[in-house]
Amino acid sequence: MTETHLGAKAAPVRFEGVSKVFGKDVVAVDNIDLYVEAGRLVTLLGPSGCGKTTTLRMIAGLEMASSGRILIGDQDVTKLPATDRDVSMVFQSYALFPHMSVLENVMYGLTFSGYAKGEARTRALEGLDLVGLTGFDSRLPSELSGGQQQRVAVARALVLEPQVLLFDEPLSNLDAKLRRQVREDIRAIQQDLGLTVVYVTHDQEEALAVSDEIVVMRNAAIAQIGNPRELYDAPNDRFVADFIGEANLLACQITAVEGNTATIEIEGYTHSLPARGLQPGAATLAVRPSRLLIGADEGIPATVAKATYVGVRMEYTLTGGFGQVFAVHDDVDTPLDPGAEIRMAFAERGPVLLPD
Amino acid sequence: MHSVSAEKTTHPVLIFWILAGWVGFCLLPWYMLEDGLWSFEWLIDGYPFDEDYAPAAFLVGQGEKLWLAPLLIPLALPFLVLGRPKSDPLYARVLVLSGALGFGWLVAQGFGIGIRGFNYDWLKALFGDLGDRQFGMGYGAMICASAFLFLFTQGIAARGAINGDVFVVSAIGGVIAIVTAFVFFPIAKMLFAAFITEEGAYSVSVFISKFFDDRLWGLGCLAGARCGAAWNSLFLAIAVGLITTVLGLAFALVVTRSGFRHKRALRALTVLPIITPPFVIGLALILLFGLSGTITVFFAELLGVQPTRWLYGLPGVLIAQTLAFTPIAFLVLIGVVEGVSPSMEEAAQTLRANKWQTFRTVSLPLMRPGLANAFLLGFIESMADFGNPLVLGGNFDVLSTEIFFAIVGAQYDQGRAAVLAMVLLFFTLSAFYAQRVWLGKKSYTTVTGKGDAGVHPLIPTGLAIPVMIIALGWALFTAIVYAMIVYGSVVELWGVNNSLTFKHYVTAFSVRFEDEGIRWTGAAWDSFWTTIMIAAIAAPLTAAVGLVTAYLLTRQDFAGKNAFEFGTMLSFAIPGTVIGVSYILAFNVPPIEITGTGVILVISFIFRNMPVGVRAGIASMSQLDRSLDESSLTLGANSWQTFRRIILPLLRPAILAALVYSFVRAMTAISAVIFLVSANYDMATSYIIGRVENNDYGLAIAYSTTLIFVMLAAVGLLQLLVGRVQIGRRTLHGTEKSP
Repeated sequence: MTETHLGAKAAPVRFEGVSKVFGKDVVAVDNIDLYVEAGRLVTLLGPSGCGKTTTLRMIAGLEMASSGRILIGDQDVTKLPATDRDVSMVFQSYALFPHMSVLENVMYGLTFSGYAKGEARTRALEGLDLVGLTGFDSRLPSELSGGQQQRVAVARALVLEPQVLLFDEPLSNLDAKLRRQVREDIRAIQQDLGLTVVYVTHDQEEALAVSDEIVVMRNAAIAQIGNPRELYDAPNDRFVADFIGEANLLACQITAVEGNTATIEIEGYTHSLPARGLQPGAATLAVRPSRLLIGADEGIPATVAKATYVGVRMEYTLTGGFGQVFAVHDDVDTPLDPGAEIRMAFAERGPVLLPD
Repeated sequence: MHSVSAEKTTHPVLIFWILAGWVGFCLLPWYMLEDGLWSFEWLIDGYPFDEDYAPAAFLVGQGEKLWLAPLLIPLALPFLVLGRPKSDPLYARVLVLSGALGFGWLVAQGFGIGIRGFNYDWLKALFGDLGDRQFGMGYGAMICASAFLFLFTQGIAARGAINGDVFVVSAIGGVIAIVTAFVFFPIAKMLFAAFITEEGAYSVSVFISKFFDDRLWGLGCLAGARCGAAWNSLFLAIAVGLITTVLGLAFALVVTRSGFRHKRALRALTVLPIITPPFVIGLALILLFGLSGTITVFFAELLGVQPTRWLYGLPGVLIAQTLAFTPIAFLVLIGVVEGVSPSMEEAAQTLRANKWQTFRTVSLPLMRPGLANAFLLGFIESMADFGNPLVLGGNFDVLSTEIFFAIVGAQYDQGRAAVLAMVLLFFTLSAFYAQRVWLGKKSYTTVTGKGDAGVHPLIPTGLAIPVMIIALGWALFTAIVYAMIVYGSVVELWGVNNSLTFKHYVTAFSVRFEDEGIRWTGAAWDSFWTTIMIAAIAAPLTAAVGLVTAYLLTRQDFAGKNAFEFGTMLSFAIPGTVIGVSYILAFNVPPIEITGTGVILVISFIFRNMPVGVRAGIASMSQLDRSLDESSLTLGANSWQTFRRIILPLLRPAILAALVYSFVRAMTAISAVIFLVSANYDMATSYIIGRVENNDYGLAIAYSTTLIFVMLAAVGLLQLLVGRVQIGRRTLHGTEKSP
């Protein structure tokens, strides 16, 4: 293999007060500010209709911002159409041109970038090599499997050495096993080449796995920005807590705050955790299913309503005075039966306070 | 490289159109050449100084046609901004100004000054008698006009319209300009003609007297006399629309939802109306039911009564049009009937509806848009049909033939023709509008793109039997009619001398081989070759205009898109007869002076058949996922490159179909053509009608048969080619999934 020439001219992306309104009053993106550092992989995450795809398409130039400024590198690209932006995109449907061979597909963008034919061909072959499709160049897209088509789409976007590479739900057409593989490949290529990548998905696990930083969006606005760990362990509000991983939301009382530590109380059970600036009074506690301790000596009384065996663990639905929670437990050999009365406690780390 | 291209200051497209403008002004003959566009005699005959051939620059230089001189200003303006970047506001402003000034002045002087000097009295009063005149636009003027138009669109694009996309803005501008020039302008001109008195003044009373003519609106038929042409046309069109829709639905149900075995044979029926000149059916009916027709004579002898002329009039026209247009309704309805998602019907069945209830409550309502479309098509085709009423009408006057006689008959009354055409247009546009209102905004889309594993249920037995009988009976009748056409072409003289002969074919298509080569001695060759040539020129142009329009409608969003769509689809509702009349009224005087040329035929075909191209284009473009275009754009191709390298190759089957369809339609058309043919450019269909009027049925039928077989060959070739293309392109697997 020849040494790869593919490099990156990775550039940062900046949104300044960008809005997008469709028609007269359908607000798809509402006044967002965003900064994507060069060479980082940033995920836009959110439920359908939250504006994440519109945001991505505004970076690509496929939608024009209704107001605000978009910068790539230090160039203002707000008014620039897709053709003239140095951005390339991997589509959800891959959008491979069915009448062209794999090599022609990958060369397509290069021919518009001023490369001589020979050079374009060399680069295209290098691109295919990079995604592990050496020798597939003369096939038609229809002769490839879904995962291979996906990789052709990635190669086609990569070889242009774009300032920003965009992914629009790239894994949604792949089966579950392939997804893990491909997302690891994408992450590896991104890190090797130091690309700036903006990645859209609605799958929180995928987002946690690939991202340097996650932007959670809701109702056309940004709900929270942070690295995977921050988002998972310290969500800003109920929405983020519930969207990133499952969370049980319990009403609680903050009885005391000392420094950064708050003490809370639910049905006589007390627990200490970071206060996050909250004052004594009513609050909401978010607890991940894996952070609920079942069968502790002391804790909140609860009844097992449902018990489900899913192979690697047990899943329980517990009811009690607090309402209903969902818990998982690794002990599959001695499962609890529905109807069992138990006590439920919280793990040392994990539970987090949310403003009410 | 991207950042470079965004800021470059040379604009090849701009330079091209600036040059084109100067070439049009300085090098090409400004006015229409008398010998037609294809003659290049002018090059050696006095060019560039002869007044008839001179380019505008030479005319002005010699002190003639001085009103062309101001065009130099807008021609020179764009040089000011050549070195400037597109983002400079001055760039856009200057181009818009130059384009608007140039185009506006061209139009103004074109309409202001005609073959008799100033066209308007107030101009004469203002500037005095001109003492000079000008003819229709030629190469120079047309290229100049295009240059101004596209300078203007580039200016608009530079101002940021459609993301500054020059190709898209220019395409929109171009389509608007030609549709305005060749659809709206002639129609408007025709409307005005209805108000013109014989002295050339405008008068409302003239219009009123012509409009309320008893020949138009008389209701005598209720009392046993004759009705006016308007009522006749309306009644006929409604009857034809209803009958063809019912028959078409019966055929569609038999083909898709019955156990009937020979479905392919029935489907073949759909090809017939496309390849049959519309009046041929009328001829065949005469052979069967006319005064000396086979069946008439048979029954007359059997029953011992005098043969009658019952066929001539409403019954004959109704039967002929029903025969001719039922396959069209079938073609529309088969798509709709198949398009009803089987899972809807299956859902109804699982909800305890029986077959009949399912059909009545789910299937039939979902077919509503198809039924409305089929009716509308039958209605409009019947209104516009010219050949069958001419051949079979007898005393039954309809609008289309009345228009024809008003123009070419002894009465020569343009105003009356215009009034009749207006009434005709009013009827078809009302139908068009009523259809839109009736369908309303309900969504009838049931094909979602997701896999649908269901099967269409069979129609209930109680319905199946009558439907089957109607459909098969009608199919048999159609087959007999077509057999008669072929048979009639080899009979010496129908009803008098029934011996078989190839005499008519020899008269029409004989050739002699001589030393100098082949001599086409047959009577029909002239019109045959003209038809092929005109159709062959019109076909690619029609396909191009149709596909570009379809691309704009499906792939681009711009202000006024709905009006744009309505305008391009409008010509679909304008009957050919109206197009014919309006073209001769609009285009026999400058600035566009093309009556009697082949160009007017080509143009009429383009705009007659464009809606079909547009619909075909829209249908196949909506099959292509939009992400294909988008990925091409993000890969650095501009919209023109995307159109050429992604969309066009993927649309090859649609393009072929549009080509062949417009070719065949151009060969079979009659209603507009009959007004526009001239001695030099006679078309096959108008030649045949001429033979029929001279009672030369043998030759007419032989010629028609030949046309049918030629077009059958064309359609067959298409099927073959499209088949190949699809194999070569394999499937769109993996790209068709909707996001």
